[in-house]
Amino acid sequence: MRDLQDDDARSGAGYNFAYLDEQTKRMIRRALLKAVAIPGYQVPFASREMPMPYGWGTGGVQVTAACLTPDDTLKVIDQGADDTTNAVSIRRFFARMAGVATTERTTEATVIQTRHRVPETPLRDGQILVYQVPIPEPLRFLEPRETETRRMHALEEYGLMHVKLYEDIARHGHIATSYAYPVKVEGRYVMDPSPIPKFDNPKLETAALQLFGAGREQRIYAIPPHTRVVSLDFEDHPFEATKADAACALCGATDSYLDEVVTDDTGGRMFVCSDTDYCATRREASETGDSA
Amino acid sequence: MTGHPDIGIPADTAVPAPAPLLSVRGLGRRYGTRIGCTDVGFDLWPGEVMGIVGESGSGKSTLLNCLAGHLVPDAGEVIFDTRDRGPVDVLRLSEPERRMLGRTDWAFVHQNPRDGLRMGVSAGGNVGERLMAVGARHYGRIRETASDWLGRVEIAADRIDDRPRAFSGGMQQRLQIARNLVTGPRLVFMDEPTGGLDVSVQARLLDLLRGLVREMGLSALVVTHDLAVVRLLADRLMVMKDGRVVEAGLTDQVLDDPQHGYTQLLVSSVLQV
Amino acid sequence: MYVAVKGGERAIDNAHRWLAEERRGDAEVPELGVAQIREQMSLAVNRVMAEGSLYDPDLAALAIKQARGDLIEAIFLVRAYRTTLPRIGASEPVDTGAMACDRRISATFKDAPGGQVLGPTFDYTHRLLDFALAAEDVPPPEPAATAQASGTPMPRITATLGRDGLIQQEPASDETPTDMTRTPMEFPADRALRLQALARGDEGFVLGMAYSTQRGYGRNHPFVGELRIGTVAVEMELPELGFAVEIGEIVVTECETVNQFAGSRTEPAQFTRGYGLSFGQTERKAISMALVDRALRWQELGEEDTGAPAQDAEFVLAHADNIQATGFLEHIKLPHYVDFQSELELVRRLRREAEAAAGPARQEAAE
Repeated sequence: MRDLQDDDARSGAGYNFAYLDEQTKRMIRRALLKAVAIPGYQVPFASREMPMPYGWGTGGVQVTAACLTPDDTLKVIDQGADDTTNAVSIRRFFARMAGVATTERTTEATVIQTRHRVPETPLRDGQILVYQVPIPEPLRFLEPRETETRRMHALEEYGLMHVKLYEDIARHGHIATSYAYPVKVEGRYVMDPSPIPKFDNPKLETAALQLFGAGREQRIYAIPPHTRVVSLDFEDHPFEATKADAACALCGATDSYLDEVVTDDTGGRMFVCSDTDYCATRREASETGDSA
Repeated sequence: MTGHPDIGIPADTAVPAPAPLLSVRGLGRRYGTRIGCTDVGFDLWPGEVMGIVGESGSGKSTLLNCLAGHLVPDAGEVIFDTRDRGPVDVLRLSEPERRMLGRTDWAFVHQNPRDGLRMGVSAGGNVGERLMAVGARHYGRIRETASDWLGRVEIAADRIDDRPRAFSGGMQQRLQIARNLVTGPRLVFMDEPTGGLDVSVQARLLDLLRGLVREMGLSALVVTHDLAVVRLLADRLMVMKDGRVVEAGLTDQVLDDPQHGYTQLLVSSVLQV
Repeated sequence: MYVAVKGGERAIDNAHRWLAEERRGDAEVPELGVAQIREQMSLAVNRVMAEGSLYDPDLAALAIKQARGDLIEAIFLVRAYRTTLPRIGASEPVDTGAMACDRRISATFKDAPGGQVLGPTFDYTHRLLDFALAAEDVPPPEPAATAQASGTPMPRITATLGRDGLIQQEPASDETPTDMTRTPMEFPADRALRLQALARGDEGFVLGMAYSTQRGYGRNHPFVGELRIGTVAVEMELPELGFAVEIGEIVVTECETVNQFAGSRTEPAQFTRGYGLSFGQTERKAISMALVDRALRWQELGEEDTGAPAQDAEFVLAHADNIQATGFLEHIKLPHYVDFQSELELVRRLRREAEAAAGPARQEAAE
């Protein structure tokens, strides 16, 4: 008879390093290797049921779990911040289940799990950026059928993607996609970079290894270091990495993606860096903005 | 204008081709034990329009779908004279090659425009899709071409951003034709192109089609049960019954002097109406 | 002055403490034991086992207690636990024909060898609140006569039809079915995979799909050929021994429907089948499953695709799992500041441009 009062689960002591069993990690690593070998291609993988809800980063968590070694230093961000609740929750999970060092410093981290942002500080060779992906299929909202979208990728039939962009311009005068902006990877696969703002798209070309995990949809894909990543556009409506036209009120940065903060109920608002580590680091280096 | 240099498709040359554009031999398709079509063979020459007539169930739609790659035939070959590789059996092409052909040199006009249009996409987007599918990446030029084509099928320029839902049946069918012809195909398959349209609307569409076919030097295969359509469009005619071709020849000859009993019946039944 | 929101860690800790307090409820009321849930909330336990894909009444009861009675949350707990368990091997297929039935009914034959056994069913209860149950310390009811006491064999009803060739045969296969918890779902999915997905699918979803077929969206004229609930032995072949030994017993519900007959001039008419099997006493689920299974077989049976949702395997299978569904649905509670900000900027820009464009036009109109 199982001892139902067993407390091991709480400390993580009864679980394998980084929660997943080694068999599962090997399966995920095989998928990762394939993903790296075919940049931008969505590799099906047997996603496990994780002790956190689907849609809350189970894909990213599995990829991170398969990549972590005891010597790694992990950073987890959500919306660019280390202190948002889901980032805290995932960081704690790995602190408990893998006992790895954690950090809020982009430069100190060897593995960074992220939801919706690419850190402002350029990543370097040897770092791994793991994205949480809700819907990996860039064609999904044009064609709901998986059988059909897989065929479209296989045959490189991406005309429909541009039809969508054409329709945007015809209706709004601009491409009306502002996040999860589709890219073409190494001239072959059209890929969803996860719901990062399009401001972050240029950062997809980096020295770091980028891995994307979609748990519920059972897909893994990757952008190896220094891979060509082109945001889809038209010659006469080129892609633009836009952000709010303001400087960070805390650190004064003009080159970082900004969150808009409502400060009162009479229309008062201010803009601050979405990347909390970037902002804090700048302030420590005593660059100050208007509000400090 | 029959080609689009800006998207890398060379304009049709006026040099008379020594070979047929499409050459079909021994084509057959069964549905279980039932014959869809069997032992069909013919040549289609550049610039020629061939009508395929017969009542429903005669195998004419099966034949068209086999030729266009929508159905896999059980037997036979379909040799198409490609621009870059010369004559090839399209049934032996890989799926990507066949699809590429389907969006460049070939076009398919469905009876129901809903099957051939994206109903949720604007008229301009519908026409532009084939251009974008073969690599056009200049919004302004795509729009210009789309606008030009809407004009050629007599759709007002200010309807370019409207969705086909808002169009009449005749307009939808003309839009489908524009969408198909924009990449300057050499071979057009048409399945009852004037099908569900009113008689007055049919006449206008036929007139438009005839103009485009002549002007662009298109080759076409037109499946219809309506002899008036072939009389107006087709140079030659094949009559099908029970999956077989029972008579073939020049349109006027077949219609004015039908040899086969079934053709005679077909022609006389029209005259009686 | 603005201070960046901090304190995510503290907020989470506080939420967990409050949750624990709410779970316990009024401390004056005695705490619910896991055994009480297992014994007295057994149909909830059965559902959690069926959709959690783990046959363990104690764990299911614990999960229900921990989840404050939220069954989807309880299923989630069981699933997350199940993933971590090592796979020792696979059992032999259970023989439901040899089931020790607590309940066994057929809607197609008035009587059949083995007879009809109602068993512990709500079917003919009048749904009147029983206020007597509100009193505590009600003495336990008298034991009921159980069906299997006689030990009568209960051959499958469909076997009777099968002998006369009246129903399609399901060819036996030694092929190892794909394990959907170890292999990513790929479409088109074969029947074994579809049945797995339905077996662990959300009862409400599968019920809704089944109901839609009855109302004409992919109609397949089902009769409950047989519904049986009871205990089956689980056997496993141990390599050391070279033969199968019984390793335990489980209660399952099995439903076989007899459906719309098929046939043509060349092939004699035959009834077709749908199949449902799930852990525990879960008959609503098993019947629903059989109807949806049957609807999904349209291709194999040469039927027409009427475009009904229940005929669309990709639609049904991709949306049947309540753990996937609830996770993705609820994730929209998570912060989306960044996406929203980028949309906000775009909408502002479009509005600015629209106003700028309208500006001169308005002036012209005024002139």
